[in-house]
Amino acid sequence: MGRSIIEKIWDQHVVRQQPDGSVLLWIDRVFLHERTGSIALKGLEAAGRAVTHPEQVFCTMDHIVDTLPGRGDETRMPGGREFITTTRAAAKAAGIRLFDLGSEQQGIVHVVSPEQGIALPGLTLVCPDSHTCTIGGLGALAWGIGSTEAEHAMATKTLVVRRPKLMRVHFKGKLRDGVYAKDMILHLINRYGAGGGAGHALEFTGEAVRQLPVEARLTLCNMAVEFGAWTGIVAPDELTFEYVRGRPFTPSGELWDAALAHWKTLASDDDARYDSEIEVDCSQLVPQVTWGTSPQHGTGIDGHVPDPSAETDANRRQSMERALEYMGLEPGRALAGLPVGAAFIGSCTNSRISDLREAARVLKGRKVADGVRAICVPGSTQVKKAAEAEGLDRVFTESGFEWRESGCSMCFYAGGESFGLEQRVVTSTNRNFENRQGPRTRSHLASPATVAASAVAGHITDVRTLEQADGER
Amino acid sequence: MEKFTTLDAIAAPLLRINVDTDAIIPSREMKRVSKLGLSEGLFAGWRYTAPGSREENPDFILNQPPFRDAKILLSGQNFGCGSSREHAVWALAEWGIRCIIAPSFGAIFQGNCVRNGILPVVFDETLVDSLASQVRADPANNLIKVDLVRRIVTAPDGQEHGFEISDGDREMLLEGLDAIALTLRHKQEIQAFRDADRGRRPWVYLD
Ligand code: SF4
Repeated sequence: MGRSIIEKIWDQHVVRQQPDGSVLLWIDRVFLHERTGSIALKGLEAAGRAVTHPEQVFCTMDHIVDTLPGRGDETRMPGGREFITTTRAAAKAAGIRLFDLGSEQQGIVHVVSPEQGIALPGLTLVCPDSHTCTIGGLGALAWGIGSTEAEHAMATKTLVVRRPKLMRVHFKGKLRDGVYAKDMILHLINRYGAGGGAGHALEFTGEAVRQLPVEARLTLCNMAVEFGAWTGIVAPDELTFEYVRGRPFTPSGELWDAALAHWKTLASDDDARYDSEIEVDCSQLVPQVTWGTSPQHGTGIDGHVPDPSAETDANRRQSMERALEYMGLEPGRALAGLPVGAAFIGSCTNSRISDLREAARVLKGRKVADGVRAICVPGSTQVKKAAEAEGLDRVFTESGFEWRESGCSMCFYAGGESFGLEQRVVTSTNRNFENRQGPRTRSHLASPATVAASAVAGHITDVRTLEQADGER
Repeated sequence: MEKFTTLDAIAAPLLRINVDTDAIIPSREMKRVSKLGLSEGLFAGWRYTAPGSREENPDFILNQPPFRDAKILLSGQNFGCGSSREHAVWALAEWGIRCIIAPSFGAIFQGNCVRNGILPVVFDETLVDSLASQVRADPANNLIKVDLVRRIVTAPDGQEHGFEISDGDREMLLEGLDAIALTLRHKQEIQAFRDADRGRRPWVYLD
């Protein structure tokens, strides 16, 4: 019987089958950041344990560091300095590579690992961060773990895991203009719920996925965890191999040839079996935006805030009612036209160079509406430099966006910067949870193009109508 | 790690779906590089009247008298979804929660629970709802019994409900074992795997 890519990678990494059905799985790469990695390193140290293979472990500074120009170890987040200095000292003591402040390689962990060639197809990669599933976009088996598990991975090179159920999510058809990977995944979560992928590893297949550039596949997999899934993956293909080639930690010469030959065997066999399958037609998909406090609270850009009283399930109804109260919205209200006070482009979901290009295309020659605070935070120092070389930074700043140093920034609130009480933000991030971007901040998730268009309009807007208006001008 | 064998305790119904780890412990409450001192920030956004304040919100269930001593949480599906922060589990454990009963859990959260002495029990929604309504009738007397040895939860009405947990997780909780020490028993197998894998996939190794 044929095997899927997930089974192939899994089988290649099984060190030991355990009597209770779990396995010891070999871990090729561990990535840490200063927020949770610091604790894992300290935990190991306190237990008197060493990192067994420090050359396979990497660490970056992204969560706590400021993203304002001229940043240093002091942060807006109270106590942030301790996270930074502890991480620096612990990384040094453990002998692992750290992409520190000021390093050319610094950036958001899930942006840096593909960019540097640390993540490769067919690898197992873990990080104490839930969006590690992003890396599935390269055809790696990558998932988020807790800090204690990170200690386990570093001390033993393995993790104890159980084989997940497999779900194939087949995106058929072609995306229309103005519709992106972000819209595909938001639509999926809206349709099947934030727990729709629970207990499963997802494989994304289909024409719409094959046509996505690698960076967009990373976006797609980024939100697998918002679907409740253990992780997501896209089988690598020529686009992936081209993307991976020549990066700092990518193998070269004979090793490249051997790796490439191996990667070409990873794609799922035609007769691979899945525990469940979902099919989504992308040909009619429109830009998506969320209205509530769970990624499942979403709709097409032409949609309306739903009416909780129409929901028969009591728990769901209550969750909707709470969400509407938090978001300050009435049932039946159209999403398009809803005024926003802020716009954010950044995060491991949508802060790569291709994202910035799409947003800049919308912003070029336009101005952010009065009263809208707009911020762009490149996902890595490399992305920032590349954008500056193309002149994208000027497009952003001339339109009225702030242009920042790379990091997680206002994707999440840690006591430092925030958008403010009841501020309505249209954001390219992945979580619209209560208080995620600041106390009582109201987050609407969307693609970078939708965020840019909405920043210009001053309200949630269909990027396609903005561009149409242009054509008529 | 504290051992878990049996528990006979007050259960607090927090029947919301998709309770995420940001809600369990907001980022702003994770102020130090430490696993300790987090219980004060547990559910801070709901437990206190304003962000940053310590004035209790009397409407929040864990602020109400019998439930202040709860050791069991009853909740809706997808409990602990979202961020992987283990701080959520450390905060719950420090506050006193030893068992969470819900229709489903965020995967990372569920794993973190077991590694920190908290037992996650999966029951379907109807059963969780029924436990909640039994508890509510008289919270201080309607205790829920959890027996990990027999893998059974006894409801206040005396009915027994079996639950599933893997042998490995059960052993870890029962014995209070450290997963790393358990794995290191297989050190030789791990080394042998590395040697063989290095021959198969030399490009993976960076030393
Ligand atoms: S950008 Fe946001 S979601 Fe991504 S790793 Fe940073 S905080 Fe987490």
